Amino acid sequence: MKNKFVKAIFAIAMGSALFISCKPKNSGDAVSGDAAQKAYVAPGKYDEFYNFVSGGFSGQMSVYGLPSGRLFRVIPVFSVDPEKGYGYNEETKPMLNTSHGFVPWDDLHHTEMSQTKGEVDGRWVFGNANNTPRIARIDLKTFTTKEIIELPNSAGNHSSPFITENTEYVVAGTRFSVPADNSNGDVPINTYKQNFKGHLSFVKVGKEGQMDIAFQIQCPGVNFDLSHAGKGKSHGWFFFSCYNTEQANTLLEVNASQKDKDFIMAVNWKKAEEYIKAGKGKLTPTRYAHNVYNESTHTATSEIKTQVLILDSKELKDICYMIPCPKSPHGCDVDPTGEYIVGSGKLAALIPVFSFDKLMNAIKTKQFEGEYDGIPVIKYEAALHGEVQKPGLGPLHTEFDGKGNAYTTFFVSSEVVKWDIKSLKVLDRVPTYYSVGHLCIPGGDSRKPFGKYLIAYNKITKDRYLPTGPELAQSAQIYDISGDKMKLILDFPTIGEPHYAQAAPADLIRNNGQLKFYKLEDNKHPFVSKGEKETKVVRNGKRIDVYMTCIRSHFSPDNIEGIKMGDEVYFHVTNLEQDWDVPHGFAIKGSSNAELLIMPGETATLKWTPDRVGISPFYCTDFCSALHQEMQGYIRVSPTGSSVPITYSLGTNLPAPDKK
Amino acid sequence: MKTQKISLVSKVLLLIVSALFVGSLFVPMWRIELQAPQYPEGLELQLFANKIGGDVAIINGLNHYIGMATLHTENFLEFKILPIVFGLFAAVSLALIFIGKRKGVKLFLITYIVFILLAAVDFYRWNYQYGHNLDPDAAIKVPGMSYQPPLIGYKQLLNFGAYSIPDTGGWLMTGAAVLLLFIIVKEYHLFQKK
Repeated sequence: MKNKFVKAIFAIAMGSALFISCKPKNSGDAVSGDAAQKAYVAPGKYDEFYNFVSGGFSGQMSVYGLPSGRLFRVIPVFSVDPEKGYGYNEETKPMLNTSHGFVPWDDLHHTEMSQTKGEVDGRWVFGNANNTPRIARIDLKTFTTKEIIELPNSAGNHSSPFITENTEYVVAGTRFSVPADNSNGDVPINTYKQNFKGHLSFVKVGKEGQMDIAFQIQCPGVNFDLSHAGKGKSHGWFFFSCYNTEQANTLLEVNASQKDKDFIMAVNWKKAEEYIKAGKGKLTPTRYAHNVYNESTHTATSEIKTQVLILDSKELKDICYMIPCPKSPHGCDVDPTGEYIVGSGKLAALIPVFSFDKLMNAIKTKQFEGEYDGIPVIKYEAALHGEVQKPGLGPLHTEFDGKGNAYTTFFVSSEVVKWDIKSLKVLDRVPTYYSVGHLCIPGGDSRKPFGKYLIAYNKITKDRYLPTGPELAQSAQIYDISGDKMKLILDFPTIGEPHYAQAAPADLIRNNGQLKFYKLEDNKHPFVSKGEKETKVVRNGKRIDVYMTCIRSHFSPDNIEGIKMGDEVYFHVTNLEQDWDVPHGFAIKGSSNAELLIMPGETATLKWTPDRVGISPFYCTDFCSALHQEMQGYIRVSPTGSSVPITYSLGTNLPAPDKK
Repeated sequence: MKTQKISLVSKVLLLIVSALFVGSLFVPMWRIELQAPQYPEGLELQLFANKIGGDVAIINGLNHYIGMATLHTENFLEFKILPIVFGLFAAVSLALIFIGKRKGVKLFLITYIVFILLAAVDFYRWNYQYGHNLDPDAAIKVPGMSYQPPLIGYKQLLNFGAYSIPDTGGWLMTGAAVLLLFIIVKEYHLFQKK
């Protein structure tokens, strides 16, 4: 009896020891000895790659260096940014105009760099707005947002801004299907199947980057999730993942997870172009904003467009084909050769890989299993190259290293898995911390990946950094993938929530003709002052225009009188500096607006409505010089009806001599 | 027996001297390089025969802190005279080929050296004036400090290191002087044993 008891205790102790020793090792063990050396970029040295990371619900795009993970810049795109005056100054307010009016925030999910011949070319990077559907183009000569186009007939632009291999098109697919803009939208929500439509937008990109919606394809009402263009042999095709093919309009987490297979939709956009030439498109009334920032006037303009060309996928049978794909596919990625299309069913326990050649053959030989709302559905096996078996749980996104390997992220099992595209064998797996979403390999979705680093963008950080209360940092992790085994070398916090990201060799962007400052002589702003002699204050009824300049270390004029309550004052401040890295700021006390941050040679305008009689100081906010603290001025506000005349000066408004 | 006429070699050299004078009209003669921690790429003031070049606007902007007068090409008579002088020198070199007298070359070299000395004095005078004639209302006043760049060589001026050296044109003109000297040596057989 006693002996038995001792034995039992012993057995339990042994069992526990075994159990504890089976506990997974923590990340400390996942970092190899030379990790620090691999991620270290010495002070004053440059990184190897630029990394353009989506800011998620911050609405902005951030620029990091790889492999150091250092943050260089946050580019304001879809959200106002008081720090840079973006969306606050008169010049950039039109950038955020939409058919709903001024929208100060959005959710930027994906970034995509322009390509030429399937290779990243360093001209622009695009971003999508996931809430009020839009696409933005950021110019990499200035790292500023140059253009934003709204997408009609859409709601939640998620499968965007992916591009074709010569940047012919940047696409968008609606995440929410909704009734079309020109139909009656006042319908019961549960008439989704009858009334809701999914629209794909093909936005033409011009030589200078200018965007224009070439056409939209009207599709059945489903959720379009992600997309990627064909490349090489599959150039001319685009692939969109769709979920909620159940067409649920409520409790999607259950009702949109019923079918074993949803679809990847293959779109033959070259065919679509032919149909447009043949006059099959229908010009349909709608309203959407197209906003363009003009670098020579330093001013954005917003235009509301009123029609869009629509192609109907039901009528024009050979544009769209549905490929069955297991369990609510999310990522839809095409390998560098253009032959393999990887679908990631986020609830699936395998990864299907489709073959473009087989797909073409299946279409040719009509191996269809039926139709989905008028669109042919190809037999699963007919398009399938093969399945990666037991890769992990919850596959989301795949990137490529150009050496025949694919890397897929797994949200549920928090890992990145490397596998061979042809043999579909799993080669390696590494943990992420935690719940990885997107990943990025420089050039990893192009024809020419630079397979040196892989960055995983995580949704949960928990214990990874010093805690900061309820809201914790989002993070990215860099892995060295130059060898057979992936090695974690660094993790770093990011702004907002990172979704997709792109990276390119530093030299490609650094030597793309990047601008150091704007030439004052080329400044065509209607309120520019090209020298202090041109500065003035002009009253026009209740509107006051202050033509102001700044240069180290003063504003001209810096004493202004004659402003009255009820006036609206526009400070048009031109930075006269003509050297790199000498911005000036402009802020005025009590302003309900933001500051101006004015680059050399640029003009920016702050609107100010005085709210009280008295003296309001203004000053330079960007520490510009040794005499930055002297860079200030005063403006006098008098009561309505006051007789104080408009006067303005610099250095001459001296005290009257004392009378003795 | 010494001949008064110069040799063919010397005539060819005179042609080169003439070309050097013409050439130096188009390239900067002198440069003042400025370096400071926040200007790792350096700033450069270039003196051409007919203008001030380089980062003049930036340097003028910086100099206002110490109250130095701003530099403008049109404020210097020199930039009108120098191109004429260089042109004359080129013409004289050409003329000497036809005159062909070694005494002429000697006179020319002496004139040229006098010119260089005068130019140096003039350059020093301007440097002195700009370096010392400071606005009494300047923001930065360091007692006893002047900002005269060196005539040639290196000098620290507050946070800036100033390095004053000949530029391409300066070297072309030095070359001209060397060639003229060589002609004299050759034609007067100065280093030959008698």
